[in-house]
Amino acid sequence: MSYEGWILLTASLVGLTCGLIGVLLILRRMAMMADAISHTVLLGIVVAYLVTRELSGVHMLIGAVAAGLLTAILVQWIHNLGVQQEASIGIVFTALFAIGVILVATKVGNAHLDVKHTLMGEITFIPWERIELPWVGSIPEAVFMLTLVLLVVLLALAGFYKEWKITSFDPALAASLGIPVLFMHYLFMALVSVTSVAAFDAVGAIMVVAMLITPAAAAYLWTDRLIVMFVLSAVFGVLSAILGYYIAYWLDTSISGSMAFATGLVFAVGFLFSPKYGVLAKSIRPVKDRGDSPKVAD
Amino acid sequence: MIGLSYNAQWVLLSTLILGMAAGTVGCLAYWKRQSLMSDSLSHAALPGVIIGFMVVGVKQLPVMIAGAAVSAMLGALLIQWIRGSTRVKEDAAMGIILSVFFGTGIMLLTFVNRLAGGSQSGLDNFIFGQAASMVQTDVWTMTAVALAVLVVAIAAFKEWKLHLFDPGFAQGLGLSNRRMNAIYVVMLVLVIVVGIQAVGVIMMSALLIIPAVSARYWTQSFGWMLILSALFGGGAGIVGTLTSTLGKGWPTGPFIVLAAVTWFVVSLLFGPGKGILVTKLMQHSHRKQLVSVHRTGSVKEYAE
Amino acid sequence: MQPVLQVNNLTASYRKNRVLNNVGFEVQPGTLTAIVGPNGAGKSTLLKVILSLHPRIEGTVSFFGTTYEKAKSRIGYVPQRGTVDWDFPTNALDVVMMGLYREIGWLKWPSRLHREKAMAALEQMGMADYAKRQISQLSGGQQQRVFLARALVQDAELYLLDEPLAGVDALTEGAIMRTLKTLKDRGRTVMVVHHDLQTVEDYFDHVLFLNRTVIAHGETAHVFTKENIFRTYDGALRWIGEKFG
Repeated sequence: MSYEGWILLTASLVGLTCGLIGVLLILRRMAMMADAISHTVLLGIVVAYLVTRELSGVHMLIGAVAAGLLTAILVQWIHNLGVQQEASIGIVFTALFAIGVILVATKVGNAHLDVKHTLMGEITFIPWERIELPWVGSIPEAVFMLTLVLLVVLLALAGFYKEWKITSFDPALAASLGIPVLFMHYLFMALVSVTSVAAFDAVGAIMVVAMLITPAAAAYLWTDRLIVMFVLSAVFGVLSAILGYYIAYWLDTSISGSMAFATGLVFAVGFLFSPKYGVLAKSIRPVKDRGDSPKVAD
Repeated sequence: MIGLSYNAQWVLLSTLILGMAAGTVGCLAYWKRQSLMSDSLSHAALPGVIIGFMVVGVKQLPVMIAGAAVSAMLGALLIQWIRGSTRVKEDAAMGIILSVFFGTGIMLLTFVNRLAGGSQSGLDNFIFGQAASMVQTDVWTMTAVALAVLVVAIAAFKEWKLHLFDPGFAQGLGLSNRRMNAIYVVMLVLVIVVGIQAVGVIMMSALLIIPAVSARYWTQSFGWMLILSALFGGGAGIVGTLTSTLGKGWPTGPFIVLAAVTWFVVSLLFGPGKGILVTKLMQHSHRKQLVSVHRTGSVKEYAE
Repeated sequence: MQPVLQVNNLTASYRKNRVLNNVGFEVQPGTLTAIVGPNGAGKSTLLKVILSLHPRIEGTVSFFGTTYEKAKSRIGYVPQRGTVDWDFPTNALDVVMMGLYREIGWLKWPSRLHREKAMAALEQMGMADYAKRQISQLSGGQQQRVFLARALVQDAELYLLDEPLAGVDALTEGAIMRTLKTLKDRGRTVMVVHHDLQTVEDYFDHVLFLNRTVIAHGETAHVFTKENIFRTYDGALRWIGEKFG
């Protein structure tokens, strides 16, 4: 595959995976949690490096999952102590992120990590870092990791589809039915962490947030059916990735930034023009009039 | 302060005042239940900074601050619009604005850096903060804005208390919710845009959240909470900036955050308001009292 | 006598539903009126709309023959208890003083006189001992009494209360109703969104049946009938069978 082809493939995989996870983020109102985790995985990566002295993919994934779970646990703990949910998230993620940055900036253990790279990604390096696989031959490591993560996400989503649905919509009911709500929560946080890290190399931390939240939010404006939302979100993710790449090519600028920008464009289209929930459609539709049957049964 | 250069003293002063303003506004944000809005808006400020730079051609702080303010305000308005007119909820709206604006900012930043032939032009400092790179005029701007914010918070103290506690009732008394919200957003944006040079875009929200939450553990009075938030914020600013001077090229942002977090942990454990230690001690003494009540048979104290 | 409150042809919607449709009524001074109706009938919305806290589609509202803006200082509003953050660091006295903020004036500090007024209101509600107590440490009934004290301190001529008796203990219910009766005896006007049909006849001399529009309005003795209740609640209620035989 050509150089450009690899980049587009990587970007599409990011869009696809993030788009899928994003649907649950939106429905479970955990968008800011995703923001938090995408920052704290930096610490996870740094610690993993300090411990293993290797920057390999698997170690990063483990470090990331650990960081993501730690974030979720700490947020829950602080919230249980009486601090508002949003404030708890803010405290935990800025603290962990600051520690991560300090570790890197003070070059503790001589980390060769480039913080800016982690934040902003450098997808142009992707095709060069390759690994050898049986059958497939030499492919970029990032593509391998992303495909792996995508498979995991698909399995997790498909396998527990009913459980995701009910724990997102009505956790109290789910708990009363014996579904392990807390386990699902932490499983989900783990999936978010893994997706974040896999996408880092390509788009960096901040843009992962864009890919996680915005396509799913756009899909939310086009449909009422969960399965359609998943599909649309994935499609929008891929669309934004490709669109972003070409914008960056045209302007000769950061690919990841452009992709984030592209997610915004896709969202804007839905925000304005969606026939069901778009702004224009709403302003044309009159307020529903039920004035002829004035009574309401208690 | 002996041994610090003249410039360093100015920097220290500005982070002190910034910390105080951030702590104060952060206290308001906490009771508005909008702690993470600051995260979203500070990220949203980035494109404005870059555009401000692009318009003038050189790094001129007032222009960049103005750009940042416009950008952040635009972000705030869009969040409101999305939240108000579609079923997308506030957390998702904040996440969208945060990432899309920031991504756009990075897009512009890279564009500018490549144009200028790779020169960093100090714009990168807006991401992690570099208080040391500020010059005296920068400090004056920051101080002026921060003081304005503090004045507004103090002068309208009882109005803030009323608005935050019971906005419905406040509206009934004639205190316009809309006006208070607008003033609050302006204060928030101002603190953010002057603060991002010292603390950086990513960690600005820490200064707005952590000191205020820490103050909660020391008092049950709103007035004291405001004062303590300001003190804790200022303290974090000073301690953090001083610590960052220990190493060459260390960014100030993370150290300020770390200072704030450390104090938060202390407050959490030992704060008389709702601190863990105090709560455990109270429970322990209650249990002892209960035991003695059972022995003496006197339940007068426990009748509600 | 000039009506304290006059509503004509009021129409409003909440989310996508038309929750008030052509509502019209007049309230005379010195009356103690219960607004009753099923959930979703628009009772809370009615109060909010006439206080300009919620938009209206059409209709007119006048207080003491003039607009709400001009009459604001003569009206006291006690919203539902659930809308407040109980974690907020403030005590009972502080909350009552908030009722005086308009009187104190914007950007000015409260004086000792204001403090005494607030204490007096707390005394009237039997909450003087709790003046310095954190509101989160008060029981539901005590919180409600503090809110009523906050309304009393405004010394209004017309009081609008939204479900003040919901979820309060018997002692508090008694204290609140005694206070409202005292207000009425002093010539003030009180309207209460009330949730409990069983106590309407004991507490209120007027009643307004609301289910998106006014089903009936007038003196309790005349208007509180089985037919009106049926028409408003659109279905049989068991206790009616027990009461009316």
